[in-house]
Amino acid sequence: MSVSGVIARQFDRATLIAFACVIVLLLIGAMVEPAFLSPKYLIQQLHTASFLGVVASGVMLVILLGHIDLSIPWTIGVGGMMATGATGFLGPEWGVTLAVPFGVLCGALIGMVNGLGVAYLRAPAMIFTLGMNAVAQGLMVYHTGGFAPQDRATEFMRELAVGHFIPGIPNPLLIWIVLGAAIVFMLNRSVLGRRIYAVGNQERSVFLSGVDTRKVILACFIFSGSCAALTGVLLAGWANRSYQAMGDPYLLPTIAAIILGGTNVLGGRGKYVGTIAGVILITILQSMLSVVQPQRYFAQLGVDIPADTFRQVVFGVVIIGMLLIYGRQQLVR
Amino acid sequence: MTVGSEPADLVSRQKYFGWITRLSAAQRGVLIAMLIFATMFIVYGWKQAVGLSPNMINTAANKGALLALVAMAQTLPVITRGLDLSVGATFVLANCLASTIVVGGPVATTFGVLGVLLLGLACGAVNGLIIVYGRLQPLIATLATSAVYFGLALAIRPQPGGLVNFELADFMTRSTLAVPHTVLLLLAVVLFIWIPYRRSVLGRATFAIGSSEQAAYMSGVPINRAKMLAYTLSGLLASIGGILLTALTYSGAAKITIANEYTLNSIGAVVIGGTSLFGGVGSAVGSIFGAFVMRTVGDLLIVFDINPVLQPLFVGVVLLVAVSLGSLRVLRIKNRLDIYR
Repeated sequence: MSVSGVIARQFDRATLIAFACVIVLLLIGAMVEPAFLSPKYLIQQLHTASFLGVVASGVMLVILLGHIDLSIPWTIGVGGMMATGATGFLGPEWGVTLAVPFGVLCGALIGMVNGLGVAYLRAPAMIFTLGMNAVAQGLMVYHTGGFAPQDRATEFMRELAVGHFIPGIPNPLLIWIVLGAAIVFMLNRSVLGRRIYAVGNQERSVFLSGVDTRKVILACFIFSGSCAALTGVLLAGWANRSYQAMGDPYLLPTIAAIILGGTNVLGGRGKYVGTIAGVILITILQSMLSVVQPQRYFAQLGVDIPADTFRQVVFGVVIIGMLLIYGRQQLVR
Repeated sequence: MTVGSEPADLVSRQKYFGWITRLSAAQRGVLIAMLIFATMFIVYGWKQAVGLSPNMINTAANKGALLALVAMAQTLPVITRGLDLSVGATFVLANCLASTIVVGGPVATTFGVLGVLLLGLACGAVNGLIIVYGRLQPLIATLATSAVYFGLALAIRPQPGGLVNFELADFMTRSTLAVPHTVLLLLAVVLFIWIPYRRSVLGRATFAIGSSEQAAYMSGVPINRAKMLAYTLSGLLASIGGILLTALTYSGAAKITIANEYTLNSIGAVVIGGTSLFGGVGSAVGSIFGAFVMRTVGDLLIVFDINPVLQPLFVGVVLLVAVSLGSLRVLRIKNRLDIYR
């Protein structure tokens, strides 16, 4: 197949609609505020989007399998808090050097427990990961409750989150680009990628073809945990410190971004380019709401409504609205 | 006669223990949840320095009933092989609305309560419409509507506060002759909502849908109406929980942590209560005991002098153990192919 054919195959209907929505949103924004189309603003948006993009990369693989990972909020928390608190476990010297790998490793461990439960115990992913989320939360509350842990980000984490390794491209964006390229390659050109799609379509057939599907599931959950923890590390560097509920605002946007990008919730279908489109769409939407500030308009009418109301309501309505356009299931016949 | 004694033994065993095998899977689940709760509560009462006073039982019942109502709300969609991640948000929204309109004289209060219940029905009906006629995945649809409902709750109550009719709140949370009124409320919900629902055509249809939607469709089961009813009633039950929360706290608060905690714990309670997450098997009565088990975990932590901040950890572990126990069937499967779907 020609190169253009390979590229064209990555763009399905959902991806195109999502990208079209991004452009429409930007144009509407530009009418209100011309600065919306400046390269500085766009790069800044991509910088914000890359945090969501990294965590969505991992969760997408799990959703492609037909499972789901609801443990991401506190896996992000674990990633951030373990990276900043690494000195408490590894000593002052190694704790600074190995802070980032240590945080990601802790996330991978959570992912591994999820994977073992889902793949080997055959527990429903939704409830098992929800339980792991509570366990991770409990462990982190214990971690901060027992003694005052180090919550400052190291110099390297700070550099990772706000620095520019390549001039003009923020480091998190660079990480997302590299990670994304690797995933696109893996999904389209490797045995593992083929197996992920196949398991999402019918695990039984894959098992009968002689593949140990449990290892595929385990690998995807470990990857999802690692990605979430990496996001936690980046967020901790970005805010210069880690805090308990740092992952809480990420559950709904992550799943929404993946689903809006056309990935089937039941697994087996979805392109990574779609997830990129979904992540950018969600980020622009959030940014628009904070710029446009509809609550001011309502305050003029004498109705005091908190800004968070609009964020939540618009979010929910947009997700349902977009899915009604292209995410409907087959009728039972 | 040794030959005859064996069948006689079998007969007597069947006479005394046969009823266990005659129970349905759901009834066995309820029984197990009851036993776990009874054991935990006896340990709690025994370790408690002051023993079990009516006052203490009332407090425990009030706390448990809150979660029990939300867990019952979760049970109905789960039986259809769906899920409702918005029960917590509906619960919080009902709490916020109740702290605004369940005030004033008896007439105003009555209309206020009716208003909150209507709101619950509306939330559930919206979920149902999106899932049944919009044909979206329950998980995603209710995750999205939970954001909307929570946003509305914030709009009603940006800051925690509000009021509630004192007589009603006091009546709901009191106990008469050591019987907590919240237990009577749960009993009423079971008698007047769950049992009629369970025995109605649409209620039975939800079990058929949970077992196999395809087969139910082929048999002419009214799939759409049954699912609509399940989600709508779920909203109603969650809003009853919201009114009880208002009566307990005398105020309303839109906190995302409360919504998330109740949604998580409701799923745990449903699983412990013997309802299958794969649909088709379950009982709201089991969920009540499941909810009380979840709540007693917290109480046990206190009497055993374990730091209460560890509660999420233990709740999570209980949840993981409950799900893993349910997965033990993997060990009994002889044909490995049956493990994979």
